Amino acid sequence: MPKLITQVGCPYCGSSCDDLEVLVSDDGKKILETHNACVIGNEIFHHVSSPSRPKKPRMRQPDGTMKEISYDEAVDFTAKTLLKSKKPLIYGFGSTNCEGMSAVARVAEKAGAVLDNCASICHGPSFLAIFDNGYPSCTLGEVKNRADVVVFWGCNPMHAHPRHTSRYSIFPRGFFTTKGQMQRTIICVDPRETDTAKLADMHLMIKQGHDYDLFDAFRTVLRGHPIPEEVAGIKREKIEEAAEAMKKARFCMIFFGMGCCHTDGRNHNIDIAISTTRDLNTYTKASIMAMRGHYNIAGPGQVWSWQFGFPYCLDLSKGTHAHMNPGETSSIDLAMRDEVDCFVNVGTDAGAHFPIAAIKHLKKHPFITVDPNICMASEISDLHIPVRVVGVEEPGVVYRMDNVPIQFKKVIDGPEGVPSDEELFDMVYKRMCELTQTEPFWILAKGHAQASTPTEH
Amino acid sequence: MAELLVKGGFVIDPTRRIDGDVMDVAIKDGKIVEKVGPGAKVIDAKGKVVMAGGVDVHAHVAGPKVNVGRLFRPEDKLFKSPNAQKNYRMEMGFSIPSTFKTGYDYARMGYSFVMEAAMPPLHSPHVHEEIHDTPIIDEAALPVFANNWFVLEYLKNGEIENSAAYVAWLITATKGYGIKLVNPGGTAAWAWGLNCLTLQDPVPYFDITPAEIITGLIKTNEYLGLPHSMHIHQNNLGNPGNYEVTLESLKLAEGYKAKNKFGREQVMHSTHIQFHSYGGDGWANFESKAKEVMDYVNTQKNITVDLGCVTLDETTTMTADGPFEHHLNGLNHLKWANVDVELETAAGVVPYVYDKDIKVCGIQWAIGLELGLYAKDPMRTFITTDHPNAGPFTRYPRIIKWLMSKKAREATLDTFKHKDKVIDATNIHGIDTERTLYEIAQMTRAGPAKALGFSRMFGGLAPGMDADVAVFDLNYKSMPSDPEKIEQAFQRASWFIKSGEIVVKNGDIASHGNKRTIWVNAKVKENPQVMRDIHEKFLKDYTVGILNYPVHDYLAPHPLVIDVDVEA
Repeated sequence: MPKLITQVGCPYCGSSCDDLEVLVSDDGKKILETHNACVIGNEIFHHVSSPSRPKKPRMRQPDGTMKEISYDEAVDFTAKTLLKSKKPLIYGFGSTNCEGMSAVARVAEKAGAVLDNCASICHGPSFLAIFDNGYPSCTLGEVKNRADVVVFWGCNPMHAHPRHTSRYSIFPRGFFTTKGQMQRTIICVDPRETDTAKLADMHLMIKQGHDYDLFDAFRTVLRGHPIPEEVAGIKREKIEEAAEAMKKARFCMIFFGMGCCHTDGRNHNIDIAISTTRDLNTYTKASIMAMRGHYNIAGPGQVWSWQFGFPYCLDLSKGTHAHMNPGETSSIDLAMRDEVDCFVNVGTDAGAHFPIAAIKHLKKHPFITVDPNICMASEISDLHIPVRVVGVEEPGVVYRMDNVPIQFKKVIDGPEGVPSDEELFDMVYKRMCELTQTEPFWILAKGHAQASTPTEH
Repeated sequence: MAELLVKGGFVIDPTRRIDGDVMDVAIKDGKIVEKVGPGAKVIDAKGKVVMAGGVDVHAHVAGPKVNVGRLFRPEDKLFKSPNAQKNYRMEMGFSIPSTFKTGYDYARMGYSFVMEAAMPPLHSPHVHEEIHDTPIIDEAALPVFANNWFVLEYLKNGEIENSAAYVAWLITATKGYGIKLVNPGGTAAWAWGLNCLTLQDPVPYFDITPAEIITGLIKTNEYLGLPHSMHIHQNNLGNPGNYEVTLESLKLAEGYKAKNKFGREQVMHSTHIQFHSYGGDGWANFESKAKEVMDYVNTQKNITVDLGCVTLDETTTMTADGPFEHHLNGLNHLKWANVDVELETAAGVVPYVYDKDIKVCGIQWAIGLELGLYAKDPMRTFITTDHPNAGPFTRYPRIIKWLMSKKAREATLDTFKHKDKVIDATNIHGIDTERTLYEIAQMTRAGPAKALGFSRMFGGLAPGMDADVAVFDLNYKSMPSDPEKIEQAFQRASWFIKSGEIVVKNGDIASHGNKRTIWVNAKVKENPQVMRDIHEKFLKDYTVGILNYPVHDYLAPHPLVIDVDVEA
C-alpha cells in the first residue's frame, strides 16, 4: 500500500509551506504523487527520482572530462584543498538545512575560510538597512489573521512565491480577517504590470529606480505635509490615496523584494521602507518583511548569528575572531578582486548567479560544488559532490522568510551511499582534524553527541 | 568518571548552613559524595572559597529575539570580542554573546545553570538549536503564556482545568520548563498597536484583564504542581510611578500556597523587579521606590524576586513586552526590531546605553542595588541583570562587588555627573549594608535553585547533589580591602567542576563538559475539548502544521526530563 505522508515541508521558496501531502510507494523509495504543492514544489519532489541524478562524486580529469570517484576520495580532496588554501570561500546555503550550515561552520572555522550565503547577492542590502534601522516585523500568521492592507513593493509573489498569497497574504480567511481577500486592500508598487499587480486594488506603476523618492513621498504625506504633483511617476492623488489607506489600516503589512533592494538606492530603499513602517506605527499597527527567496535562506542568517554574531559575509580567516564587512568580505567582491584561492559552492548555483568575471577568477583555483543536482556550477567544477535533498530525503530545521523555524521531514530514503550535507561536512571536518593531528570537538551536533574535548587536566 | 577531591577550601553552602568552614568536597561519577578513595585527583582549594555552581533564574541567552539582537548589532562585536582560546570555538560579542561565548563565560564565572527566560512557543525549535550550541552549562526555557489565545480564552471563562491541560501540552511539546508571563494582556494588545498599563485594562477582543490572567496562571501552575512557580514580568515596565502597579500585582499572590513535590515555596516569581520599582510621574521627578516594593516582598513568603540590576553598560534590550520596546525606541530613537508571533506573543529589541552621566540611568543603577540590600531574605532575592536588558550577565561579579562593598558603591557614585541628583532620588548613599559571601551564595545558588524546584540537584554541596563546584580566589578569613579583587575573583573561577568534570582551570576553559537541556514532561488527564481546540486552531489560525510544531527529540540531545504527573 502506498503511504500518504501529510504536513510535509516544501524545499522550494521562502514561503516554506508545510502542508504538502506526498504519496510514497510501498517500499518508501519512490514518490508517486504530491498534493497541495505549487508547480515548482511538485517538480522538486519528482525530480529526486530522475535517472540523470548523480549518485557519486565526480572529479575533473586532466583531459577535462569528469570521472566518478568515491566519497572518501572526495572528502580527502576537499579537506586537503581547504587546508592548503590561504583564504577559501564557502558560499551558498539557499537550499540546505540548519544542521548542514552548522557542520559547514565548523569546517570553515577550522579552515579559516570566508563563509557567505546567497543573501550576499540577494537580501544583502536589506541586512545593511536592518543593521542601521532595525526590523519591525511579525510572523506570517499575523498577516493572515490581521492584515487588512498589504503592500507588495518590488516583489511578485504570484511567480516567485506561488502559494504566498493563498497561504498568508491576499486570499486566506484569518481570525480577524474572516472575509479574506474581500477584507484586504492590496497595494502593489512595481514598474511592471506583474501578475501580482493585476491582483492589486491599487497598482502604483513606479518609475524604475525611484523607490526612495516614493517612500519619501509616503512619509511626507503620512506626516501631513504637501508633496509635488508627481513623484516617481505617480500622481499626487494616487500617492495620497495609498498613504491614507495604509494609515487607516488596522494592520498594515509591507512585503518587499529584489525589486526594492536591488534597484537604485539599494539598502537606502530598505532603510526608508523601515522608517515608513516605524512612522506608520505611530498611527496604527504596521509590519515589514523581506520576501526571502529560498525555503531556508533565512537559516544561515540565524545559525551564523548565534555562532559568530553575523548573518553573512563572515571572514573567519583571522582564526581568532570573525570579521564582517560587506564590500570587503562579500563573495562577489572577493571574487572580483581575485582574493580567494578556493571556492566551495554549497546548495546553490554560483555558476548561474555570479557575474562571469567573478567566476573566471574563481575558476583559476580549486572549485568544488556540493549539490544534489547537476547545475551550471557543478559542470564547471573540479569536483562535484552530490548529497541528499533536504526536505525530501533528509529532515532538518529550516527558517521560513519570517524566521519561524520549521522542522522539515524526509519522505523517502536517499540514494544509497549518498550523504547529507551535514554528514559530508562532518567527514570533511574529521579528515581535516586527522590531517592536522588535532582533536575534533563537537558541541552536541545531531547524531554524534559526544561530549567534551580531551584536554590535560 | 574520575574521582575528585576539592581539598581544604572555605566551603560556603547555605543549603546546609555551612559558612566558611574549612572542608573537603568529594566527587564521584558526577555527584557529590561523602568520600572518595586515595586515588582521587586532588584540587587544592586552600585559602580559597568553595561554592556550588551558580544558578541563573532569568536571562535571555537563546532564541529568536536574542538572535535578532546578535544579527542586527554588528557593532556589539567590534573590538568587544576577545580572541578565541586555542582549541575552542570563536567567542563573539559583548551584550549578546554568541552561544559559544555564552557557555564559556557562564562557566568561567562558575555558573552551572541558566534559565532562558522567554521562549516564544512557535520558535521553540530555534531556542533548542541555540541551547544545544551553548556548551557546558545546563539550560531550560520558559515558554510565554500570558498573551496566548488559548490561555486568554480559557481563563476568561474561568476554566483552570482546561488552561492547565493546554499549558501541560505546550510545555511538553516545546520542551519547556514552566509558565512565563510577560506584560499579561499588554503584548496581546500590542498586536493592534495597543498596551495594558494597569491591571484593569481589558485586553482587546478577549475582554479579560491582566489581573485575571495573573491569578488564573497562578492557579494553573499550582493545579499542575510544576517545579517552578509562575514567573512574571509585570505590566507597565520601565515607567515612572509604576511601583503601584507592581505592588498591586504582587498582592495578587496573597492567599495562594505552593503545591508541588519539588520543595518550592513561592507561587510567584517577580522578575527584574528593578524595572518595576519606580516612583515619580515623569523623568524629571523619577525616583526610587525600592524600599516600598521590598518592604512588601519581605513580608510575603510566597513571593521570590530577582533584581535586574543596571550595570551602566551599552547593551541590547529585548523582551516579549513588544509595546515597551516600541515606547523605548520613542525615547532613544535607535534602531528597533519587533516580531509579533501569531496567537502567542511578540518581542521587541532596541539597543540601549545606560550612561553613568544620565541621571535616570544612575537612579536605575541605585534602585537595583537598593533592592538587593533591602531584602531581608536572600533566599528569595536573586542576582540578575535580566541579561542583556539591564546589562550583560558577565557583570554579575560587578554586582556582587557593589552588594558586598559600600566603598565600591560610593566609588561608582563618585563618577556620576549627576551624583547629587541621584542621591536625592534614591537611598543608596545612606545604606551601609554589605552582603556577606554566605548571602551571595544564597542569592546566586541556593535561593534560585530552590525557587526553580531543583534544590535536590543544584545550589548546594551536599552528598547526592550534582557535582558542580566553583572555587574562587578569595580568602574568607581575610577578604581583600580592594573591592575590585572581589569582582576579579568571581569573574574567573580558579576552578569550576561541572557534573564532576573540570571545565575551568585558572579562568580558562578546559573542556566542553556535559551540557544538558532540562525540560518538564507534564501529564494531565486526557482532555478531549482542549485537544480539539488545539487541532482546530492549528487548522484555521496557525501557519504551521501541528505535526511540525513539537520540538523533535534530537534537538535536545542530552535531555534531563522532569516528569510532572497530575493524575499520580
